[in-house]
Amino acid sequence: MNELLAVFRRELGGYFATPLAFIFIVIFLFTMGAFTFYLGGYYESDQADLTIFFNFHPWLYLFLIPAISMRLWAEERRTGSIELLLSLPVPLWAAVLGKFLAAWVFSGIALSLTFPMWLTVNYLGDPDNGVILAGYIGSFFMAGGYLAIGSCLSAITRNQVIAFVVSVSVCFLFTVSGLPIVTDFFAGWAPQQVLSTIASFSFLTHFNAITRGVIDLRDVIYFASLIAAWLVACGIVVDMKKAG
Amino acid sequence: MIVIEDLTKRFGPFTAVDRIGFSVSRGEVLGFLGPNGAGKSTTMKMITGFLAPSAGAARVCGHDIVTSTLAAQREIGYLPEGAPAYGDMTARGFLTFIARVRRLSGAEAGKAIDRAVEATELGGVLEQPIDTLSKGFRRRVGLAQAILHNPPVLIMDEPTDGLDPNQKFEVRKLIGRMAAEKAIVISTHILEEVDAICTRALIIDRGRVVADGTPGALMARSRYHNAVSLTLGGQTTVAVADRLRNIPGIASIEVTPRGEETTFTLFPEHARESDTLLVDAVARIAREENWPVRALYGEPGRLDEVFRNLTRSDTASSSGATGKDAA
Repeated sequence: MNELLAVFRRELGGYFATPLAFIFIVIFLFTMGAFTFYLGGYYESDQADLTIFFNFHPWLYLFLIPAISMRLWAEERRTGSIELLLSLPVPLWAAVLGKFLAAWVFSGIALSLTFPMWLTVNYLGDPDNGVILAGYIGSFFMAGGYLAIGSCLSAITRNQVIAFVVSVSVCFLFTVSGLPIVTDFFAGWAPQQVLSTIASFSFLTHFNAITRGVIDLRDVIYFASLIAAWLVACGIVVDMKKAG
Repeated sequence: MIVIEDLTKRFGPFTAVDRIGFSVSRGEVLGFLGPNGAGKSTTMKMITGFLAPSAGAARVCGHDIVTSTLAAQREIGYLPEGAPAYGDMTARGFLTFIARVRRLSGAEAGKAIDRAVEATELGGVLEQPIDTLSKGFRRRVGLAQAILHNPPVLIMDEPTDGLDPNQKFEVRKLIGRMAAEKAIVISTHILEEVDAICTRALIIDRGRVVADGTPGALMARSRYHNAVSLTLGGQTTVAVADRLRNIPGIASIEVTPRGEETTFTLFPEHARESDTLLVDAVARIAREENWPVRALYGEPGRLDEVFRNLTRSDTASSSGATGKDAA
């Protein structure tokens, strides 16, 4: 536990030791705002809620979250510090989890800084704050899902650009697996059960369910088990790739 | 404190480390020698628990590195090759992180950091990001990290690589100071280093141990062991060489002209015997003949020559060099 905490603190501190954190947060907030107000036509919608705002989250995360996760392991492997980290008395799970949690908390910080949106809708109208809270929780879980995928894929390479591109691609598949772009590929020849299983992997399906204001246990379990599975995979990849 | 038995590492069909075995006890400084790619770093990575061995065992202070990895790792201070660190952290931040991972509490950690910083003379750069430090300082940050928890076992992969002569001297002094109470393994391909700080040297080649002994014992394997070297000023004369060759007990002579000087190396018939008599004889003749002597000494042996003979794996067996050495 001590070791987990030490890794977590170092990683989180690492984001703020460089301009990365500030650049990321500024761009995150700026694009969130721009998308909501301009692309989303927030004012024209004439509704005092954050549905439009949350609708853009999966698509923004698709590019912004891999930017956080790409360095998690690729950087360690490039500089060789992975040898230092894993020869310290740190269990592998603590290293994997510590890094992931640091990235997750960092994305949580960025997400929580969108609070002016919440203030705005409360000033303009009388939104259902429970639904908004659910949206934030769903968004946070979804960020965790993207991060777990990204951290595993960051471990396969020492090149951050490769880690980024591969993460975006895989995250894209997980985002749209419920949409026709993926289901059409399987429809017609795969059994209906396979089809619905693939569709059930979609981030969008589960995220949209939560943002409607209902935190269903199944959606929570979906994200939790997705995160756990990718982190286990991450541990396996890190362990396998040590020699290379 | 370190016991290695038949340690083996295979990467696919390639065997990087092949049944290496040795042990290091407290007070010993083991110099790990070998050409690049001989398996030095791989062996160290296995001892420190970074890589899992394909076969064999390594125990550190009684803890098996495979079955009780963390317990073994707590006893080890490790400086990996190139002294990797987290470059965006300051030296102090980095050492604080290491102290936390090593489970040192607040006051203890402070003391440990102060001690390590003092030993490695990092005081002036403590608040600078590690990325901005010079190579020498970065190496010292790595050293400070390795000795932070005052480990009984210290493993360092090329601790002086890339340092200037002054820094090398400092690092060696530091290792020397710690040697009495620790078991230390250093890898290097700087042979003078072995002579300077190691109590024992282990030469490995292609993953196998090819020599294990004190630096003195290794040097005794040299062709030059107990040879006498005489350097004269002025031009080489055939007469001088002939005169030297006629000394009783001389097997052969090598003549190496270098600028205004000439060095004669005299190989005795019985290389294992002490060279003092031979040195005396040469000195007497030099006085009698009134030669302009610049230097005269008995050679302890040349480690680099022993190293080359033992590790020229592709050519050694065919060239006959090792055969002659053994005879």
